Amino acid sequence: MLQIKVPTVGESISEVVISRWNKKSGDYVEMDELLCELESDKATFELNAEAAGVLTTKGNEGDTIAIGELIAEIDTDAKRPEGATVPEPKAAAKESPKAETKAEKEDTKTTYASGSAGPAAQKILAEKGIDAKQIVGSGKDGRITKIDALKAELKVTSNETKGRNDRTEKMTSLRKTVSRRLVAAKNETAMLTTFNEVDMKPIMDLRNQYKAQFKETHGVNLGFMSFFTKAVCVALQQFPAVNAYLNGEEIIYHDYCDVSIAVSAPKGLVVPVIRNAESLSLAEIESEVMRLAGKARDNKLSLEEMTGGTFTITNGGVFGSMLSTPIINPPQSAILGMHNIVERAVVQNGQIVVRPIMYVALSYDHRIIDGRESVGFLVKVKQCLENPTLLLTQGTDPNKLLLGL
Amino acid sequence: MKYDVTVIGSGPGGYVAAIRCAQLGFKTALIEKYSTLGGTCLNVGCIPSKALLDSSEHYHNATHTFKTHGIDIEGVQVNLQQMIERKNGVVKITCDGIDFLMKKNKIDVYKGLGSFVNKNTILVSGETEQQIETDKVIIATGSKPSTLPGLAIDKTRIITSTEALKMTEIPKHLIIIGGGVIGLELGSVYARLGSKISVIEYTNTIIPTMDGTLSKELQRSLRKLGFEFFFNHKVKTATNNGGDVTVIADNEKGEEVSFSGDYCLVSVGRKPFTSGLNLEAAGVKLDERGRIETNAHLETNIPGIYAIGDVVKGAMLAHKAEEEGVFVAETMAGQKPHINYNLIPGVVYTWPEVAGVGATEEELKKSGKKYKMGSFPMRALGRARASMDIDGLVKILADEETDEVLGVHMIGPRVADLIAEAVVAMEFRASAEDIARMSHAHPTYAEAVKEAALAATGNRAIHM
Repeated sequence: MLQIKVPTVGESISEVVISRWNKKSGDYVEMDELLCELESDKATFELNAEAAGVLTTKGNEGDTIAIGELIAEIDTDAKRPEGATVPEPKAAAKESPKAETKAEKEDTKTTYASGSAGPAAQKILAEKGIDAKQIVGSGKDGRITKIDALKAELKVTSNETKGRNDRTEKMTSLRKTVSRRLVAAKNETAMLTTFNEVDMKPIMDLRNQYKAQFKETHGVNLGFMSFFTKAVCVALQQFPAVNAYLNGEEIIYHDYCDVSIAVSAPKGLVVPVIRNAESLSLAEIESEVMRLAGKARDNKLSLEEMTGGTFTITNGGVFGSMLSTPIINPPQSAILGMHNIVERAVVQNGQIVVRPIMYVALSYDHRIIDGRESVGFLVKVKQCLENPTLLLTQGTDPNKLLLGL
Repeated sequence: MKYDVTVIGSGPGGYVAAIRCAQLGFKTALIEKYSTLGGTCLNVGCIPSKALLDSSEHYHNATHTFKTHGIDIEGVQVNLQQMIERKNGVVKITCDGIDFLMKKNKIDVYKGLGSFVNKNTILVSGETEQQIETDKVIIATGSKPSTLPGLAIDKTRIITSTEALKMTEIPKHLIIIGGGVIGLELGSVYARLGSKISVIEYTNTIIPTMDGTLSKELQRSLRKLGFEFFFNHKVKTATNNGGDVTVIADNEKGEEVSFSGDYCLVSVGRKPFTSGLNLEAAGVKLDERGRIETNAHLETNIPGIYAIGDVVKGAMLAHKAEEEGVFVAETMAGQKPHINYNLIPGVVYTWPEVAGVGATEEELKKSGKKYKMGSFPMRALGRARASMDIDGLVKILADEETDEVLGVHMIGPRVADLIAEAVVAMEFRASAEDIARMSHAHPTYAEAVKEAALAATGNRAIHM
């Protein structure tokens, strides 16, 4: 008897949720066959059979199980059922009487009779105007019984009255974590938000001019994300408190910028990290963003890829947000919110001109970041974006640099 | 008086419709032109013929099988008058039962001929004349025996089923024109009582709408009883010569042949009966075969007027009429009932009995559907041997691919009752294997159904 325990899946993870059993108790499993999918606070994992044998599961879908706890047993002494798998099964399957195997299967399989209603059920359905095809029959081979028809009636009447159905669903592990951490961030930090606006014309001009060449040279599209990440890195290095963690009575400063990017994934919001973003080129940042966003969409992000950011960028603009206040992702101290780009009437050099404007918001923990730093940080980001050459000079005026001032 | 529903005709279609209407809260009237309720079925059809069939079967057993059973009796005599009396008693009790049911359901019964004044007014002409107002009407006037051109029914020697149920003597030679259900049942009665029976049939088989195996098996059994069959014969005339009857027909070669007997039963089918209804006053249309034309809801061309049973299209069977009576009543109440016409069983009360439901093998062959066939003979059953009723078989036709039962055909003792199992199975779209896997009590005739189902499933009957 081989015991299968929940493996350690990452630092700080103490429990997982069984999200789906791919095999059930009594099934004969082959080595390396997928047994079940587990879900932690941050990611989904697969658990495979370590040996072949008959499976006994411990725990149901939705159960929370601690790391190291027994989740299944495999009876490795059990015989591989005849006709079940790889080696020489086909001959054996043929020998068993045809009619017999058919009958066994019929209880679970859809047959010619599935969905056919008996006389009483047929009348009830006709009167309720329900097509038998819309109903899953509970009778033998999926036949629609009288009670199926009666129940179908109830369901439809409730639907017909302006859809006031309530649906209760268990929170996923990810959602529970998100909820706990957001409340903690709100309650345990002195969070406030500062705003600014960015004239996006210089970047857009630059993009329009070079995007084809950029793609040709680097193999990735030139987006806004790289400019923002780069601008943030410049500002972070100038205002280290924004890039710091508060740890009890100590402040931990980072001399690198690990920028977390908030991505909307099928199972919820995930924040993969771009490591050492300060030392990456625009092209490197773009390809890293592409890679991480793709993995997020496919639920393939590893735990490592999602932990340890020092600052977060979130882009509500993709959903059409004009302005909103992001919430800090602890233990980080600040988060930059990007928004949509809208053509607005602005005054430049005494003239009213139309410019593509993006409002930006920086939420920060006032306990370690002063107003001067937060506002200065955001202004620096704004300057770098409105004058992308500054990204080359780490924010210093190139002319001053030239003159050695 | 004003009614929600008026039913014209009190046969199994009409009186059942009336009861269902009353159950559904309609104020209901029932009109019957004869003195007793129940229509053809109760008075001159199903019930009296079964009474005589049972009586004659007892006589047949007393003279043929008792000896083998170890019962010696001398001087067994037919008392035809008593037989007819008993039959009349059975009919009376049954008809009185309908009277009781009408009272119980508070249905007003009007005795007299019902005819339309307009679509909402019915004139009842009985001992007195009265008009009743009605919101809706159900026409259930049934059918009458039909005849052939050149055949004048005189009701003395050239008779219909009605007269055959009240004979004063046992025919020496009964000539039966038509090899359908009625002729064979009544022929069986008199064959058992000693008559010579000659069946003259236009087609090449008896009970032509049923599965071919059944008609072949039944022919064999009836021949043993003394039936003689003349197929492909076209009857031209029948003449009452006073003391006997001469029937002239063309045989299969077109030669004229003559039959002589003391009675001639004309049983060539029945025709819908609508005369006296004055349908024109309501505007109700008939089809080209004299049936009342109805739509899928059994409503006529005049909204609010429905028709059911023998007077509309479909098999002329009491149980079909009953289903239609319920169907119409429920339809009028806004419900949506359904009748599966394919699953109305056909039954013949000869001995052995014959019954079938669903598709016949001939129909399946014609449609090109792939099917499997399993059959099982009654003689292989312990129950059949114990009672010496060994004629017959059960035959099950199932879809070759899905195993769904498509038709069940039986001939044997009490198969008119056994067919109910097949109807239930088919209403729920059972497979042959489903039936084969259900426990059937032992020893019974029903075991033949299970065995035939095993045979149809995979040629694995146990007792063969």
